[in-house]
This record gives sequence, structure tokens and C-alpha cells, in this order.
Amino acid sequence: MQKLRILTVGVGGQGILLFSQVLGRACLKADIPVVMSEVHGMAQRGGVVETNILIGGYKSPLISEGEADVLVGLEPAEVLRALPRGRKDTVIVSSTDPVIPQIVKDGLAKYPDLDPLFEKLKESFPKVYLFPGEKLAKEAGTAKALNMVALGALAGTGLVPLSKKAFLDAMKESIKEKFLEANFKAFEAGYQVTSS
Amino acid sequence: MHPLIKSKPKEKVLLLGNEAIVRGALEAGLRVGAAYPGTPSSEIGNNLFRIQYELPGLYFEFSTNEKVATEVAAAAAAAGLRSLTCMKHVGLNVAADALMTLAYIGVRGGMVIVVADDPSCHSSQNEQDSRYYARLSGLPLLEPATPQEAYEMTIYAFDLSEKLELPVILRTTTRVSHARGIVQVGELASYDQEVKGEFKKDPRRWVPIPAVARVRHQVLLEKMKDATLIADSSRLNYQYGKGKQGIITSSVAANYVYDIVEEFDLKDQVKVLVLGFTHPHPVNLLADFLRSVEDVLVVEELEPYLEEAARVVAQERGLSVNIMGKATGHLPRTFEFEPKIVKKAMADAFGISFPEGEKIDVSWVPELPPRPPTLCPGCPHRETYMVIKETLKELGELENSIFPTDIGCYTLGILPPIQMADYLICMGSSVGSPCGFSVATNHRIVSFIGDSTFFHAGLSPLANAVFNKHNFTLVIMDNETTAMTGHQPVPSQELRFKELADRPRIDIEAVVKALGVKNVVTINPYRKEEAKALVKPLLGKKELSVIIAKAPCILYRQRVAKK
Repeated sequence: MQKLRILTVGVGGQGILLFSQVLGRACLKADIPVVMSEVHGMAQRGGVVETNILIGGYKSPLISEGEADVLVGLEPAEVLRALPRGRKDTVIVSSTDPVIPQIVKDGLAKYPDLDPLFEKLKESFPKVYLFPGEKLAKEAGTAKALNMVALGALAGTGLVPLSKKAFLDAMKESIKEKFLEANFKAFEAGYQVTSS
Repeated sequence: MHPLIKSKPKEKVLLLGNEAIVRGALEAGLRVGAAYPGTPSSEIGNNLFRIQYELPGLYFEFSTNEKVATEVAAAAAAAGLRSLTCMKHVGLNVAADALMTLAYIGVRGGMVIVVADDPSCHSSQNEQDSRYYARLSGLPLLEPATPQEAYEMTIYAFDLSEKLELPVILRTTTRVSHARGIVQVGELASYDQEVKGEFKKDPRRWVPIPAVARVRHQVLLEKMKDATLIADSSRLNYQYGKGKQGIITSSVAANYVYDIVEEFDLKDQVKVLVLGFTHPHPVNLLADFLRSVEDVLVVEELEPYLEEAARVVAQERGLSVNIMGKATGHLPRTFEFEPKIVKKAMADAFGISFPEGEKIDVSWVPELPPRPPTLCPGCPHRETYMVIKETLKELGELENSIFPTDIGCYTLGILPPIQMADYLICMGSSVGSPCGFSVATNHRIVSFIGDSTFFHAGLSPLANAVFNKHNFTLVIMDNETTAMTGHQPVPSQELRFKELADRPRIDIEAVVKALGVKNVVTINPYRKEEAKALVKPLLGKKELSVIIAKAPCILYRQRVAKK
């Protein structure tokens, strides 16, 4: 079975745990072995959050430097921070909408100018998919669905050996019914970014 | 229905390691659970707490601390019921007094003590290796590596506990408790009705006066002999691969070894012994393994617990095998492992050359802003800190003040712009340490503790402060919940989930006054000027005082409102 190491990064509060839970459940439905690890507790309070998702028969719940096949970003600066975990041919799927840390708002640190960095990113890696995640999520009905835009974008790359239906079924299991339609739309918007 | 009790036998589900432990316990017929929350163990208690309202035959409580929880579970097991307590690694320090003698008196119903270590201190103040508690107390120890194993070993731990009449320690780490994986579940035990145990009096067993304790210690050592034989032949300890180069490993480190052996096809070169039942050490199994190889690398996180056991076995049996690990500098004693660390150790130990991927150039990435965890927007703790800070400044006391702190969200007061956290050891040290500072220095001392931490370990040091006439101000930040670990109940809370509506409320101000503290005020930290006026006389005095800053955690308030 094809194996895949997916590193997903973002900021506490962006719904990264739900992202990985839906992806994990989708794998389960397709009978594809999956293991992942999350960080709970203090780190969630506005800090950097990542989940390591390993598909296809791995036992390790962590991805080391140079090991990520796919890097998914819910926040662009976090993708840049996580680049050493990737390789020359790592596929990058990321939202371009920044979440400015409090420390920057307080004037104690600088948030980088992203546009030239996006250009550099595209030069450095063969497949880079960038999309305005917050904008797409809002258009779908709720800014909170950024995580599902990113999941849709990951699904659209075709790298994860799962049908679209498997993702949608897993969403049904994981998301409250009244939020489901907006989340489906968000997923679809992300899917279009990478599949077309 | 709670998802953990919904799954049918043979169904495959995606579970967190901690959820797998809960499911395993409910299949094994757990009757009484008790815990004080602590990451990375918290989800075990959180789930049992919720599930008990759906299963009449299950009792669970959040106890006021880990020692109490252990005593609750121990008594239930003495009465013949299956019981469980769970805690983070440092929680076992609190429960250690109970643990050490509980090993002497033992149990009748199966009792499982789950302890979750936190290598790398993701959410802890130290990274102690709790496996030494098994050796110190003489209790059996199981170390699962995956959620599936956590599930299976939990079920087995209850049987083992009953067989040996001893509690069994199930030790996880953050990457086991908070790993998510596929678990194939079995059948739930029957929970249709409440089940009571029966305590059979036997003071010669249950009351360890010196004459009894001397006998029971010998009994314990005899049981350890039996347990060693069980460990030697346990299927939780298994081998794969072949060759003269050996690896001994346990817990999550076993996963890294497995993936490296698979990925680089080392099965014909490296022989691996995975240990899941690690105390008592399976000494005969270890001896056989050490005899079968020339070099052995011990791959385990934190302390050289198995490595030292292997060295002892080698010395006792006169084996000349070359044992590598922490003592030889192949692996670190600090922080959690990741595949890269294990790969490098295997390369160094066995001369294996792993293909190096081409390094990528990321020198163009500029310095990125850090994202330290912060207090939530609107958090009442921030307001309390500002009330105290501004008042001390107005009194001209800020420069001379030191701020002992405690374990909870408010420890984040260490960060700018608040910077009011100067000293911390453990739960409750914000009340004990000021007693020492007030004797040893001329500083003004203002210390901070949360409501849950106050009930956990703040009451007895406050009695000490009153009786020994220590001079400091204790600020109890009462946000009506145990916020950091996911909003578990606190005896003083007014705002509570409806399930707890019938529980009595213990008023913090009344408790503090009853302990003999004369200077006590309660403030609303959001009403800054009013609060400052109330605390000013206390912060100006040279006498023990307590300020209770009462305002619910904003996240908790939202959660209660939603339910």
C-alpha cells in the first residue's frame, strides 16, 4: 500500500484537530491504516499547532525533518516554519491568510511580508498550491470552515488514496448537521483549487 | 449515546490513546474510577465522567487530588470491584504515599493506575520517567506503544491485577495518550445496574501496622517472583527480525524502530525485542535475547530504565554483550524521540548507512515571529494580574515584590506584559513557598493559585501559614473550573454543568476564614477601580491575607451556556 506522511500546521483555534479527525475517519472508512498525533493542553492557547498524519501502515506517530511528503498549512508563516520537515519534492498546500500573533500586535516581533516569500516557495518546490483560505471559508458560509477548505485542497491533489465520498462521509460523522452544508461548500472550494 | 460506548464488537474505530484506555476499561468491567485531571491523561477522566451518566453500573468522580483518587480506587478494589485511577506523571508524586503502601496491602478487584509521562514537557513542569515508580513500589508495569495496545493492555491489566492481587501501572507518554489510531474493539461489560462490592475485614492484611507491614513486604516480594515469570512469557513482550545486532525497545520508541526496520529493510540484520510488560523486568527473556546477539542498542525515551535492567542481567549472567544506549551517548536522556533520533542512533551503533535525502535550502525564510501560548482574550486572570500590579505600583511596592505562582492557565502570567511569575515547584507550592520566602527575605510576597489547585494542594499549606504566622498575600484566582485541562469540576463552583446541580458547594471565602485567615476580600477583577480599592489595604499590610478574584473562565461560561 502506498504510504504517505502528511504534516499539517496552523495556529490554536483554527480547527486543526477536526481536520485530522475527518481525514483519519475517511481513511478508516476506506480501510487504510492511519496513525496521527496531536498536541493538547497548554500549546493550544494561541500557540503553534501541528498534527502528524501517517497513512498506509506506519506505526510512528511523528514526522521528522526531511520526511513530510505533504505539508498542509492553515497559516502561511507556520508553513514556512515547518519547511525543514519537508524534502525537495514535498507537495505544499496552504492558505495564504495570515494569523498575526499577539506578540506582533504588541510591536515585539515582526510578521514577514508574505508575497515575495510565496514566490520563493513556488520556485523552491515543484508543487505548491496556495489559496485564500479564510476568504473561501467565508464565501462558503463560515470563516470557521478554513480547516475544511484546507482538507478539500488536500483531497483535490489526489495524493491521498481516498475518494471524495470518503471525505464527505467522514465529515458527516464529525460535524454537527447544522454546520454541515457550509463545511461541504468549504471543502468543495478547496477541492477546486487543487483539482482543476 | 457517547461514541465510546456506541461501537459494536469487532468494529474498527479511530481512537485517541486515552480513549482506547477508556474503551478497554469499560470492556473489562470497570466499576469505580477516580482521577484528578492532568495533561496528557485528561481525556480518560473526561470521558469516564460523561459516560457514567449513561451507564448505571459505572461510578466516576473527579477527586480533589491524585492521592485521594488513588485511595478511592484502592478502597473500591479492596471491596472487590474493578477500579481505575489516571493521572499525569507528576500526579503520581502526589499519589506516591498511597502507592508505596498500597503495594503491600494490595487489592482484590483489579485496579489499574494509568500514569501519562510527558517527555519534552509539552504541558508539564518536568519530564520525570514514572517507570521508576514501578521499581520503587514493586508493582507490575505495562507500557503500550499504540492506541490498539493501550486498549488491549488495559483489559489485560485488570486480569493481571486480580491474579497478583496488586494494582497494575499502565504507563503511557504524550505520544501514546495523544496518538490517534485504529482500534478494533470488543464487547462492553454489562452496566445495566449498579453493583456493590463487599469489604471482608482482615486487619492482618489491610492495616499495615509494623507487624503487618513486615509480613506484607515479604508477600509483595514473593508476588514479584510470580510476576517475573509472567513477564518472561508474556505475549506483550515479542521479537522480530534476525541477526547479531539487537534492539531492545518499549513504548512509542518501539514504533520508530519498527518503521525504520521496515523502510530500510533491516529484518535480516537487526533483531528487535519489544517490551510491553516491563516491571518486574522479564529477566530470563532479556538474558536469552542478550545471549543471542553481539551488540544491543536500547531504544527508550527518558531514563535508561530498560538499559540498566539489561546491564544488570548481563552482569548477573556473565554475558559479554556490548550494550549501547544512553550511557554510551547513543541516545539522549532528555526530550521525546522522533524517527530521526532513532535512525541516527542505529547508524552510529550498527554502522548502518541510511540514504541521506538531499537537504533543502530554507535560508531564504526570514526569522518568523514566535507564538508563545497566551491567556485567552477576555480571560479574567489577565484582569486580576493588572489589578494587583497597578495597586502594588501605587503603593510603591512593585519593585520589592516577588510572585510565587502555581500550576494552571495563570502560570502564563510569566509572559510579558504581565511578568508576575517568579517561583514555582509544583501544585500548591504558591502557598508553601511564600512561608519560606517570608521567613528568609524582606520581600513583599504576593502569590497566585487557581481554585482547583487550591483544593488540590493549597489547604494544608494555608493552615501552616496561619499557624506559623507567615506574612504574604495569596491571590486565589477563582475561575470556577479546572480550565487548563478541559473544565473539570471544582467543589467551590456556582456555575456548573447540570449533572452536578445536587452537589454541595464549598465556599472558598468561608474555607479561608475557617482556617483562621483574618484579612480576606473577594473581588470582581473586571471592576478594576473597585477591586483596587478592596485589595489596597491588604497589599499594604505586613500580615497574611487572601484575595479571592472571582470570575468564571470565559470558555467555561460559554460551554455551560451551550449545554
